[in-house]
Amino acid sequence: MAILSEDQTMLRDMAREWADNEAPVAAFRKTRDAAPPEGYDAALWQAQAEMGWAGVLVPEAHGGAGMGFLSLGLVLEQLGRNLVASPLAATAAATSALMLGGSQAQQAEWLPRIAAGEIVATLAIDDGPHFAPDRIATRVEAGQLTGTKAFVAEGDSATLFVVAATDGLYLVSGEQGVTRNTRKLADARSHAEIVFTDAPAQKLTEGGEQLLRQVTDRAAAATAAEMLGMAESAFAQVNDYLKQRVQFGQPLSTFQALQHRMARMFTELELMRSAVEGALEAIDAKRSDVDQAVSLAKAIAGDTLNLVSREMVQLYGGVGMTDEYDAGFYLKRARVLEAMWGNAAWHRERFAKLNGY
Amino acid sequence: MASAPEIDSATDPMATFRGEARAWLAANFPPELKGKENPMSAVDGPDEASDAERRWKAAMGDKGWGVPTWPSQYGGGGLSRAEARVLQEEMARAGAWNPIGGMGVMMFGPTLLEYGSEAQKAEHIPAIVRGEVRWCQGYSEPNAGSDLANIQTSAIDAGDHYIVNGQKTWTSGGQWADKCFALVRTDKGHKHAGISFLLIDMDAPGVETKPIRLISGQSPFCETFFADVKVAKANLVGAEGQGWEIGTRLLQHERSSLSGGGSASRLFAGTPLGQMALDYRGADDAGRLSDADLRLRIVRHEMDVRAFALTLRRAALESKSNAGPSATSSIMKNVGARITQDRAELAIEVMGMQGLGWEGEGFSEDELAQTRTWLWGKAVSIYGGSTEIQNNVIAKRILGMTEAK
Repeated sequence: MAILSEDQTMLRDMAREWADNEAPVAAFRKTRDAAPPEGYDAALWQAQAEMGWAGVLVPEAHGGAGMGFLSLGLVLEQLGRNLVASPLAATAAATSALMLGGSQAQQAEWLPRIAAGEIVATLAIDDGPHFAPDRIATRVEAGQLTGTKAFVAEGDSATLFVVAATDGLYLVSGEQGVTRNTRKLADARSHAEIVFTDAPAQKLTEGGEQLLRQVTDRAAAATAAEMLGMAESAFAQVNDYLKQRVQFGQPLSTFQALQHRMARMFTELELMRSAVEGALEAIDAKRSDVDQAVSLAKAIAGDTLNLVSREMVQLYGGVGMTDEYDAGFYLKRARVLEAMWGNAAWHRERFAKLNGY
Repeated sequence: MASAPEIDSATDPMATFRGEARAWLAANFPPELKGKENPMSAVDGPDEASDAERRWKAAMGDKGWGVPTWPSQYGGGGLSRAEARVLQEEMARAGAWNPIGGMGVMMFGPTLLEYGSEAQKAEHIPAIVRGEVRWCQGYSEPNAGSDLANIQTSAIDAGDHYIVNGQKTWTSGGQWADKCFALVRTDKGHKHAGISFLLIDMDAPGVETKPIRLISGQSPFCETFFADVKVAKANLVGAEGQGWEIGTRLLQHERSSLSGGGSASRLFAGTPLGQMALDYRGADDAGRLSDADLRLRIVRHEMDVRAFALTLRRAALESKSNAGPSATSSIMKNVGARITQDRAELAIEVMGMQGLGWEGEGFSEDELAQTRTWLWGKAVSIYGGSTEIQNNVIAKRILGMTEAK
């Protein structure tokens, strides 16, 4: 765990307590079964907003807490542990786009509403099923945006979209020229194809040429924090299970072959935590190598969560295959987050380029 | 020469000590030794020190700053952790290095400070502090490696002394050592409770060493034989039968020193692998390393290195509690070993046949060194408790995996 300020410690403890008491995995299961159109439990999101989480990144001048990415990561990690279906990550990614690229007027219009939890915001970047920020066909003419964005997180409920077009990022409100087509993925969360047809769009004019990269890097770091929480929790559940499950007359936890797999996974988790916290801290410190730190975090998070989620099902054995147990939830959400904002291969490729080989 | 930055007593709470350390280093560190760190400081080797090196070692030994946080009553620096950090910063600034090392510092000293009698501490610690006595470790035996509790070297009670018989192996630096801290069996009836921790003079009659030649061609290890060696009972550390407890505590110190001890910068020393690969293998039209598979394996390795460095840094920041080495040292040891070996394997692959040179014409010094580094590196996942043993420690101590229902 990174060295936290008193405020950050409080924030983390509060998030952990809330997630354990109010939003355990059973709550996610209920939401999945009820399948509300927005893809999350609106009352739970309201409660999160009331605790100030929607405004963690938002500067105090606009009604937020201005606490930065490490703080956001602490909350997302706790939500990830229990697979809380929350639009917080998507909203925070859009928030960072506004903070980096928005004019004063745009920030004044949107940030207070985000901080108050009045709206869900999201990024709409990819035209297809893979993260490919260099292949965008969406275009804007005379302030009207046209194009199709695939698999937009929280696309079913978002009322503010930060959209990538050929010449930069644009703000589009969900009111006019926006068609939503729900796409049901394995993780039972909200993803939608969004078709923009002559939708009124306002360009994010600040931030320069690097804006798209900086925004998607921040989205990737936030995602990695959620993945860290998932991997930690999945691992802890497996560890508990191995101590309870008796086979051949003794608990599975006494078998060395299993002990070594767990020790190896635990070691990888330690590296994952360091890499993820390193990226969040690099963003907060405005370091010049944020891109490398994020690629490190997202690649390692992807590989480690992939390993832990597979082992979770395998080590649970047959019951890990049943819907009644939670292991499948972690497996299914893991793959979605692995693919989001660049999978491990994408980030390894970029890491090599950034290092000149 | 650039002048030293001013020490600001308004903003630096350690300003007084920093000034003292800086002045002392300026007066005592021979400038010609800048950056010439003794590569054998980890395992005391043959002594071929220059005059300047001897002067530097004596100065640091007298000051006690080679072991800055050890108690001053035994000659240690007696510094707080904060002061020790400042000293480290000032040494780095001056290009100075610590000439006091070896197993006495890394493993035996901390353990003796915890378990030794007053008389033992007064006898041995000052000599370690001054780097005057070289210690070796008498743990492993031919049939007691990872199963260390199976040691058979016996110490038979003979009144005021023990008679020691048996054989140790993998005694690093045994051929150069003055003394040996050894695990011996004082009771055949009890496996763990029959082990004691004994200090043996390497020049005592009946002690013999025989260097072991390794696949790398080097011989840093010995077999050590004990034939009716007489050891005074005053050299028993702790109680008879307490050796297992003391010995495992010492292993924790060993592990944390083997993990790199927090000096992640060492991992970044030398030419980056990516650059080395471009030099040897060339780039494709897009400027990428031409072997795509090798390129990705280098990326994975470099990411591992960075994540490890971040983890060492995180562990250092988190260990505010002043607690000694813990089970997390097992994690560090395993990752450190993996990184060391991966790098060496990748490096020889990058170099092709040039990376497999043994001696003679046609190879650069770096290339020949790489061959030896690669082969020697196979030891790091075996010594100090193998990777498998560390995984046992992680599973049992951290994950609590032996617990029955």
